[in-house]
Amino acid sequence: MAILIYGTINSVALALMALGFALVYGISRVPNFAHGALYVITGFIAWSLLRTLGLNYFLSIVLAIIAIGVVGALMYQFVLIRVRGMAISEIIASYAIGLAILEGLRWGGFKGSTYTLPVFIEGSINIGDIPVDLHRILVVGIGVAVVIFLWLFTHYTRIGLALRGMAQDERAALMLGIDSDVMAVVAMASGAMLAGLAGIVLLPLGNIVVEKGYDVLIQAIAVCIVGGLGSWMGAVLAAFLIGFAQILTVVYLGAHFQMVVALLAIILTLILRPSGLFGRQKELEERV
Amino acid sequence: MEQRRKERIDRGIKVRADGLYALMSWRELGYLILPRMVLIVGMLILPFVMPSMYWQRVISIVCIYALLAVSFDFLAHFVGLVSLGGALFIGVGGYLSAIMNTSFGFPPLLAIPIATIAGAAICTLLLFPCLRLRGVYFAIVSLMYPLAMTRVIEALDILGGTDGIMGVDSFPNRWIEQYFVILMVLLFLFGARRLVNMDLGLVLRAVKDNDQAVRASGMSITFYKAVAVFISSAMGCLGGACLVHIYMWSGMSLFALDFSILPIAATVIGGAGTIVGPVLGCLILVPVSELLREFGTLRIVFYSVILVAFIVFRSEGIMVYGQRKYHQIERWVKV
Repeated sequence: MAILIYGTINSVALALMALGFALVYGISRVPNFAHGALYVITGFIAWSLLRTLGLNYFLSIVLAIIAIGVVGALMYQFVLIRVRGMAISEIIASYAIGLAILEGLRWGGFKGSTYTLPVFIEGSINIGDIPVDLHRILVVGIGVAVVIFLWLFTHYTRIGLALRGMAQDERAALMLGIDSDVMAVVAMASGAMLAGLAGIVLLPLGNIVVEKGYDVLIQAIAVCIVGGLGSWMGAVLAAFLIGFAQILTVVYLGAHFQMVVALLAIILTLILRPSGLFGRQKELEERV
Repeated sequence: MEQRRKERIDRGIKVRADGLYALMSWRELGYLILPRMVLIVGMLILPFVMPSMYWQRVISIVCIYALLAVSFDFLAHFVGLVSLGGALFIGVGGYLSAIMNTSFGFPPLLAIPIATIAGAAICTLLLFPCLRLRGVYFAIVSLMYPLAMTRVIEALDILGGTDGIMGVDSFPNRWIEQYFVILMVLLFLFGARRLVNMDLGLVLRAVKDNDQAVRASGMSITFYKAVAVFISSAMGCLGGACLVHIYMWSGMSLFALDFSILPIAATVIGGAGTIVGPVLGCLILVPVSELLREFGTLRIVFYSVILVAFIVFRSEGIMVYGQRKYHQIERWVKV
């Protein structure tokens, strides 16, 4: 029972981390290696707004997420757009931006256990006989809400449909009057905001530390590869697969092995089903 | 309004010095040999002109980064595999050499070659699963390995755990140390330049540009990628093995980010796809990074910012620029 509950919570958390990466890669084919950095820096922005400026918690969260969206858009508009289509440069540039953010934060003294965000709701309830704190339940709720929102957004709004059009066939989308550069900026901004949202929701469960940036990047990527790069629903399902696998390893082997699960999942997926569990669409393009 | 454009024409001597015709006169020979000699002689006299022991040590470190950068450049721009985890090669080579030395008692000059070959084989095996795929998989998996390796070492408490392996023998003396790494850099540098123009290099470049054509010619893409990864990781492992014997210690910091990001920055600054460029990049970046040592992780921020700036605004790099100036004349002509 405990495994079931915490597995679900962990899976939803992974899905939250991975959705932003999957969204950006799916739409503009830019692997955003700065994803983890965006996740962590949102936490620090929210922390500074909350503690240093003394704003209301809710307001500082909203401001932090908007700020990170702007950062994502600027990052795309001024750096990534110039190297678009050159795979080597895209990877290096986004990775370098991520590193600059993370190591800059580390240099700026943002480390240790001083930086924590408060949980949204205090207290815990018992499911069966297992105590679960309310914040974790809220995480599941927010995760489900985000997935539903994304689905509705991409199926019923003009921008969402345009984004999906870009993802499926950029040239055809251009012919139908969709400006691919603008859409890619929108995608990057929303990807960054998703990363930020994940950060805001998940960081209150622990300290805000720079190392989390690398962990989150790796876990997001693992989920995306297992689910098939660029497939959102695949990412959600893969999050459940890896999420439960991680909880099982933590229970039976020890917490240190959690990261190894992600790596093993990637390696196994690449050996057995290279395009991921649900990545049929691009299968022929990626396999050599 | 009069419009002008810049015209670039090859120098006469460059054309004359192409191929066999270079043998026509000493002047052509000199034209070809001069830049190479500047590099070789420059590298060889470096240990003598350095003011102190400390800076001599920096030269060794420069050479290790240079090996890593050459391996990155070779893999990224001649095979099309972007490796974000140079630290994996350093770490595997370093730990192997340390084990050879401490557990089996091999002297450094024997442990290093063994660690190079065995380490390259291990790295190739680790990276093999993603060689069957195109796209960003290689970058992702190579990024993950160094990070995961530290976790595994920490979790299993193997290989000395967080303390690392101490008591590794050093080189017999510091002159052997420096000349060993310098000669290795020169060897692999010119070796790699030769390699990319041989038949094997031709196939590798074809894998990068049009893998389906390679496949249509009945060659296994995965096999050639594996060969390339082997060569490239051998360079990295050699660097790691030397590093362990220079520091006389092997630990988890061998998997540190510096080893992954600095070679990439050096390659981009020095000139991607030239093989020599990365060495120049390291000669510039590593001493600068030593000067910035007191700033701690700000150094990584510094490389990253330079990296982004170069990739966006000056993606050709120093070496390509220099080659252009050396081989071509530029002039403004009326359109």
